[in-house]
Amino acid sequence: MSDPSERGDTSERGLPGAGLVKGLAVTLKTMTSRSTTQQYPDTAPDLPPRSRGVIALSEENCTVCMLCARECPDWCIYIDSHKEEVAVPGAARPRQRNVLDKFDIDFSLCMYCGICIEVCPFDALYWSPEFEYAEYDIKNLLHDKDHLGQWMATVPPPPAHDPNGEPAKEETAAARKAAAARPAPPAVRPEPDADQAPAS
Amino acid sequence: MPLWVELVLRIGGVLVAFLTLPLLVGQAEHKVMAHMQGRLGPMYAGGFHGWAQLVADGVKFVQKEDITPREADRAVFRLAPAVALVPYLLVLLVIPLGPNDLVGQPLDIGLFFVLAVVGVGVVAVLMSAWASANKYSLLGGLRGAAQLLGYELPLVLAAASVAMAAGTLSLSGIVEAWQPWWLLWQAPAMIIFFVAGLAEIRRPPFDMPVADSELVFGYITEYTGLRFAFFLLAEYVGIVVIAALTTVLFLGGWQGPFADDQLGWLWTLLKIFAVSFVIIWLRVSYPRLREDQLQRLCWLVLVPASLAQLVLTAAVRIAL
Repeated sequence: MSDPSERGDTSERGLPGAGLVKGLAVTLKTMTSRSTTQQYPDTAPDLPPRSRGVIALSEENCTVCMLCARECPDWCIYIDSHKEEVAVPGAARPRQRNVLDKFDIDFSLCMYCGICIEVCPFDALYWSPEFEYAEYDIKNLLHDKDHLGQWMATVPPPPAHDPNGEPAKEETAAARKAAAARPAPPAVRPEPDADQAPAS
Repeated sequence: MPLWVELVLRIGGVLVAFLTLPLLVGQAEHKVMAHMQGRLGPMYAGGFHGWAQLVADGVKFVQKEDITPREADRAVFRLAPAVALVPYLLVLLVIPLGPNDLVGQPLDIGLFFVLAVVGVGVVAVLMSAWASANKYSLLGGLRGAAQLLGYELPLVLAAASVAMAAGTLSLSGIVEAWQPWWLLWQAPAMIIFFVAGLAEIRRPPFDMPVADSELVFGYITEYTGLRFAFFLLAEYVGIVVIAALTTVLFLGGWQGPFADDQLGWLWTLLKIFAVSFVIIWLRVSYPRLREDQLQRLCWLVLVPASLAQLVLTAAVRIAL
């Protein structure tokens, strides 16, 4: 193999034409190894658990706090509600409760940032990996609360906690509370100070 | 067998080869290129692994509007695809498939005829380039002309070497004279012929004339529909022709491991497809040569090397 397109580079690559042969070897190896292509419409795609397909709404968790609508960078969440009096027998006076009238997400505006899901304090919003909701009319991309509620069935269970990750805030808080309740020697000072005290 | 029956049979056979082999090579290119790039390639047309993709492409091309640019030189513009295609058809006529005159038209000066007719390709390139009235076409066409004229020389010299070794210009005669040790003796000529042949049919890495990332599509830019399809077909027939010529001249044509008399056509076809695979393989593996690299490779490497091969061939011939 003598190909002058390689000229000048032979000193650092060894034999002249070695690069050409290597190129041929790479393509041949790729050809003989199996392709990883998934034939999408025929076989369902293998999506990772945190895929951002569509946003699902668990209506009973929503308290109409409006955090999602306010944090949405695209202003694509529309919420309407009214207050309702709930008379609990035995209570001194009737309580007031927010009732959700309208919860729309316009997926033609949504940029799938997931901020609404992050900020929701009551776990009313979830990511679902479903993505096949293309429409012929852009108006139909406005999903109302019933439509958003239907996606709840497709929400996967949360992935298992990473064993190497730091523990959840709830866990650490509970552990701290339990430690405080016990009459243990009061660990008031932070640990680094306690370590350095005998040294100095 | 009356003369006319034989004539019809031979011409029909060549026509069938002309229409099917390029499609097979084209389909192989689709699939081989896809798998070399970690893809699957066509999977739907025809049901089984997209075997009918090129048929579907052909139907699509036929349906498209046939546009001739207003500024174009109409007659020349419309004639160019035919000029690109017909030489390859004529070449297929004289390429021997097997022993005992299994060939479209046995010709004593077959090699000479083939080289002369393949050289017509440059006329088609220049016709389409100039008649398109498009600067990209013109640039591509001039590149093509420079490339084809340059690479014609090593092509002819390499072929002359093997003709000299066999002592005949007949393609069948060359195959008959061929012996396995020629693989070594004529190896430089084979590589030179193959590389020059690649350049002759403007295949990557020698596709500077149609460099689609810089010249739109070179001299084919203005073509649509069936005429565009003819140019594409010419490219694939070109692959078949170059592969067949390499087979016949350097790889021993119908000479196989056994039963040359009965299975000669099979050996020839297998070798043609193997060489076609290498052509596709090279296309996938290598980037396009720059114009100056292209000319440098031709004039500073291939031409001297082919002259040296001629000297070697002559020396061995005299010594034997």
